[in-house]
Amino acid sequence: MFDDLRDLYQEVIFDHNRNPRNFHVMEDADRKVEGFNPLCGDRLTLFLKLDGDKITDASFQGSGCAISTASVSLMTEIVKGKTESEAEDLFQKFHQMTTGKEEEVNLEAIGKLAVLAGVREYPARVKCATLAWHTLDAALKNEQESISTE
Amino acid sequence: MTTFPIEKIRADFPILQEKIRNKPLVYLDNAASCQKPQQVIDSIVHLYSHEYANVHRGVHALSVKATDRYEGAREKVKDFINAQSTKEIVFVRGATEAINLIAQTFGKTNIKAGDEILITAMEHHSNIVPWQMLCKETGAILKVAPINLQGELVYAELEKLITDKTKLIAVVHMSNALGTINPVKKIIAAAKARNIAVLLDGAQAIPHMPVDVQALGCDFYVFSGHKLYAPSGIGVMYGKQALLEAMPPYQGGGDMIRKVTFAETEYNVLPYKFEAGTPSIADVVGLGAAIDYLNVIGMDNVAAYEAELLAYATEKAKQIKGLRLIGEAQEKGAILSFVLDKIHPHDIGTMLDSLGIAIRAGHHCAMPVMDFFEVPATARASFAMYNTKDEIDVLINGIEDLIKIFG
Ligand SMILES: Cc1ncc(COP(=O)(O)O)c(C=O)c1O
Repeated sequence: MFDDLRDLYQEVIFDHNRNPRNFHVMEDADRKVEGFNPLCGDRLTLFLKLDGDKITDASFQGSGCAISTASVSLMTEIVKGKTESEAEDLFQKFHQMTTGKEEEVNLEAIGKLAVLAGVREYPARVKCATLAWHTLDAALKNEQESISTE
Repeated sequence: MTTFPIEKIRADFPILQEKIRNKPLVYLDNAASCQKPQQVIDSIVHLYSHEYANVHRGVHALSVKATDRYEGAREKVKDFINAQSTKEIVFVRGATEAINLIAQTFGKTNIKAGDEILITAMEHHSNIVPWQMLCKETGAILKVAPINLQGELVYAELEKLITDKTKLIAVVHMSNALGTINPVKKIIAAAKARNIAVLLDGAQAIPHMPVDVQALGCDFYVFSGHKLYAPSGIGVMYGKQALLEAMPPYQGGGDMIRKVTFAETEYNVLPYKFEAGTPSIADVVGLGAAIDYLNVIGMDNVAAYEAELLAYATEKAKQIKGLRLIGEAQEKGAILSFVLDKIHPHDIGTMLDSLGIAIRAGHHCAMPVMDFFEVPATARASFAMYNTKDEIDVLINGIEDLIKIFG
């Protein structure tokens, strides 16, 4: 059953969907940005704590599909301790992985995030995976309004 | 009823033989758009192969033939919804364009600052946004009649919202997000008593039940061909002749005029006044073929067959633990909107897709309905006359399996 979907819904994704990491409001956040995917109704609020150009803490709130929840949960884990430019670099790589050609993608460079590579085969779901990163991008650029992937 | 020709109907729709992800297609996204029978496809191929030219403008044989086909389809639409005259049948791109046309012509001439337009809380965005735009332009006020937790219009509240200022009541005949069939006769009676115009958005109702605009007494009835087994890009605006006569044209151009000088232009007669430019000729012919097809089956039979499908699907769905139906109106068409505990509709959609089942996951262009039920989106299985109980079993089994996997 659902064998065709094993690449998309890996066990790690189910795990993060059931138990999202860093899933809480951050009262003393330096940045707080909302992301919204009007097509799905996915909505998330991303909180960041910064020290200079370093991301010292990240958390989120909101509701979305398994792909978007797992993506933002994984992201909050991986960006902790990264500088802004390192995070931007990850975003570029992640974007490449989810939308680019398979042979061009260096999955090793992005570590755990590679579990989301499967969305590439599901164009309708790419936005679910990238919403978190677009929201992070906006947060780092200090855009206060809510951002949308449409 | 036991003789509903389901096998024959299924054989007429070539796409139903397709394999999707190596599984037989189970197409349950009919409320978004439904599939086309061979007869409709053939009508278009035949037109382009043998009878095509522009309409209303040539003396040559092909133009006469194409015009005959085009106007013949108008006649079929007129009979299908029992309009009084073909003058009342205006071809447009779809329900959306029809509503915009009415807002920009009837609306702009009859609705002034302080006047009120009354809609319901279950409208499709296409029956909300054109009115908001008109209100912005004119200073009119949009009022919204509420729905209850079953997804039914609260009729008593709608009636209370009717005032001396109400100029138009625009209501969906059957909701695409909930399946609810509205008490349109009652609404029309209340409106007529106060001389208020009524527009019915028939985009969803038209493929599921017989529609008689004279019996209904509505002023406008709009629908799209693509939900009626006809091509996309074609739809119908029905309007009562006297109203259409009084309305200014929508777009200017060829065909909608009788005489043009640089000093002034005399508009064409109905319905051409509202059909500027070369229309979607082949799609109109396809719409005529779809109506021919449905007439052979009979809309009463379609309605009865689909009622059986809906009852069957509803009963099965209710037995699934963690499934919540969104829309449980007493009067309901063949739409099953639902959410699952802790599983997002988009995941449901992708999971079912891998089994060859096409459903819709999203807000169904009815975001206010999602807000009312406090869900980001729903999963929606919407049925057509070619669906079967076996397909519903495939759907139900698929839902049960995906719940296990997410568990
Ligand atoms: C109730 C309702 N009204 C209007 C529309 C708009 O139809 P179209 O997009 O064909 O113009 C739809 C289509 O989804 C609908 O379901």
